[in-house]
Amino acid sequence: MKNDITRRDALALGVSAAALAATGASAQSAIKAADVPAPKFAIEKGASLRMLRPVRFVQADEDVFRANCAKFTKETGVEVKVDFVGWEDINQQTAVTSNSGAGPDIIIGFSDAPHIYVDKLVELTDVADYLGKKYGGWQNLAKAYGKKAKSDAWIGLPFGATAGPLIYRKSILKSVGFDKAPEDLAGFLDLCQKLQKAGKPAGFALGNAVGDGNGFADWMLWSHNASLLDEEGNVTINSKETIAALNYVKQLYPTFIAGTPSWNDVSNNRAYSSQEIALTANGVSLYFSLKNDPATKAIAEDSEHQLLPKFLAPISPMSGLTLNAMLFKHSQYPNASKALLTYLMEKDQYEPWLNANSGYWSQPLGSYADAKVWTEDPKVAIFKNTMNSNYYAGYKGPISTATGAVRADYVTVQMFAAVATGASTPEAAAAEAEQRAKRYFRRQTR
Amino acid sequence: MSVTTLPSRRIIQQRQPGWIVRLFDYKPFLIVMCLTPAIGLLAVFLTYPLGLGVWLAFTDTTIGKRGVFIGFENFQYLVTDPLWWNAVFYSVFYTAIATIGKFALGFYLALLLNNHFRFKSLLRAIILLPWIVPTVLSALAFWWIYDPQFSIISYLLVDVLHIRTTNIDFLGTPWAARFSLIAANIWRGIPFVAISLLAGLQTISPSLYEAAMLDGASAWQRFRFITFPMMLPILAIVMTFSIIFTFTDFQLVYAITRGGPVNSTHLLATLAFQRGIAGGELGEGAAIAVSMIPFLVFATLFSYFGLARRKWQQGEAND
Repeated sequence: MKNDITRRDALALGVSAAALAATGASAQSAIKAADVPAPKFAIEKGASLRMLRPVRFVQADEDVFRANCAKFTKETGVEVKVDFVGWEDINQQTAVTSNSGAGPDIIIGFSDAPHIYVDKLVELTDVADYLGKKYGGWQNLAKAYGKKAKSDAWIGLPFGATAGPLIYRKSILKSVGFDKAPEDLAGFLDLCQKLQKAGKPAGFALGNAVGDGNGFADWMLWSHNASLLDEEGNVTINSKETIAALNYVKQLYPTFIAGTPSWNDVSNNRAYSSQEIALTANGVSLYFSLKNDPATKAIAEDSEHQLLPKFLAPISPMSGLTLNAMLFKHSQYPNASKALLTYLMEKDQYEPWLNANSGYWSQPLGSYADAKVWTEDPKVAIFKNTMNSNYYAGYKGPISTATGAVRADYVTVQMFAAVATGASTPEAAAAEAEQRAKRYFRRQTR
Repeated sequence: MSVTTLPSRRIIQQRQPGWIVRLFDYKPFLIVMCLTPAIGLLAVFLTYPLGLGVWLAFTDTTIGKRGVFIGFENFQYLVTDPLWWNAVFYSVFYTAIATIGKFALGFYLALLLNNHFRFKSLLRAIILLPWIVPTVLSALAFWWIYDPQFSIISYLLVDVLHIRTTNIDFLGTPWAARFSLIAANIWRGIPFVAISLLAGLQTISPSLYEAAMLDGASAWQRFRFITFPMMLPILAIVMTFSIIFTFTDFQLVYAITRGGPVNSTHLLATLAFQRGIAGGELGEGAAIAVSMIPFLVFATLFSYFGLARRKWQQGEAND
């Protein structure tokens, strides 16, 4: 195994790899950059920075990220210490940092985190405006998560996003008469029924799974033009569109493999990898884990990604988990921090990093869509426009603390699961979800 | 004169204890000194967190935002919240059924282990294993055992013995999930009960049994009229502990179902965590945790007064 390489070795390797990648990139980079004067951040004397970010998907992510920071240190003399934290822990660590006013200067958290800690953060509008102008503009999802609701003030700096489209077995779909998943409600139901008859059913998480459960619930809601909130932030979950979505899931659920109400985030990966199911929705990690294991390589070759069918919605209603950087007010070196964030998003650093992630993360800035990574594997290319989505957690209301809480408390997931399993009627489930959501949003509307 | 007084004064000086010694002989000081570490530890690690928890229950604190005092608002909401009632029901049900199961099987196991047989000590050590294994690990094991697709039980029944044609859906429907969790909890709790009761059994004097046998008592009569009454005090203590452990259980449920399917297996502890930490509503989570206290007090008093305070133990006639 590669694990006997020490951190220092890895760093050294990473530096050389990144240097190679960087020089290579500058030679043949396709990234268009507008000629915009860079903002001058007066870096504080003796500045040193601490940064926290979620752990890598792939080793190259960490190597290039560290190498980029090392390069920054070399050019500016500012020490940068980066710690990689488990995904489950980053929220808690952010909460402690924010409440205690001590700790890292910069934390890269997830999606709505800056909206929760907005009072404790330094605005990054100058950084974001510069980057947006230079690199083809911020994409929709980046704007939704980066900017404070109903304003142009940037409180987070999105680094990338990862989505969960459909993944299916080409050969099995073909055997029941489909080339891809249909985009209409009746056709998709028909597909799932036929897959079930063929003994390789579909499976979507209806259990308390933060990623997959909420992903399925959001897809069903948005594809029926239902939403948790309206533009003003009023809870609108108890609507006839939601009832329609619930009735559809009630029909769909019997075609799923047994046990989906108890599924968590890894269950569908396991069921798909062991060929129990032919259709599910998941992030790109499932495809890569299949592809990189010789035992399951054949499954990867037979697999295809597809944007979530849009059904009644105008476009595929797919959001993405977003890396979102925050700069805390307690930082003694806000200018150095801003300089570092800007530096990491510049072409020479960001492009190698994006490529190193081989598709796990997709770019928040328009110009980076031309990066090499999106032409390497056609099955991964579908993730290129993840951040172009109009949909986000808490759609279509302003993002707030409560939007994240509703997801973490599985309010909509349980609404669907209750109807699917016959525990409640669609009307009762929607009313209960409304009551629970209103409880979380009571402070936002007060 | 001076030659003789000098040594004697020195002796007096030596006999007179130094101020440190005198300080340590001073009783009030000694009491304070000895109690401070204990009280300090209790205050820092027990009283303060408990007090903070109770205080938070009366505020609308969220993660990232300091709350204000809102009186009983959290509790008023909980009373109208079907999920809270659900959790109350399942916490009580889970505790009751799991405790009955643990005591029935644990007592039986203790009686078996109390006999003489080979490898007795080794077997007793092995019995403790489920209790020694960290809860999260055994929960993960049960999670696999109950997996809808990869369960070993389903595999045996379907693919090996051909008794069933489909996998058992242990966690997919509310009642199946509830009983699956209770079974896992019983499995984990039996050793604690069995070993504690075994210790109690060994304190019963064999002469009582000999006397009963001379009088022609059957095995059941010996159990009913000697073993059981003699065991009541220790049963009460072990049951009190067991009820507290079971009622406040968190890891098993959180690791196996996270309260699903559709919230049917939420215990008050998991619901408190779900709302307080994952959902960020620290105040409401604390209120749920505080709402466990009356149940715990009641359960403790019940097992304590119901089982431990028999009149015959205090030298009066039994009625």
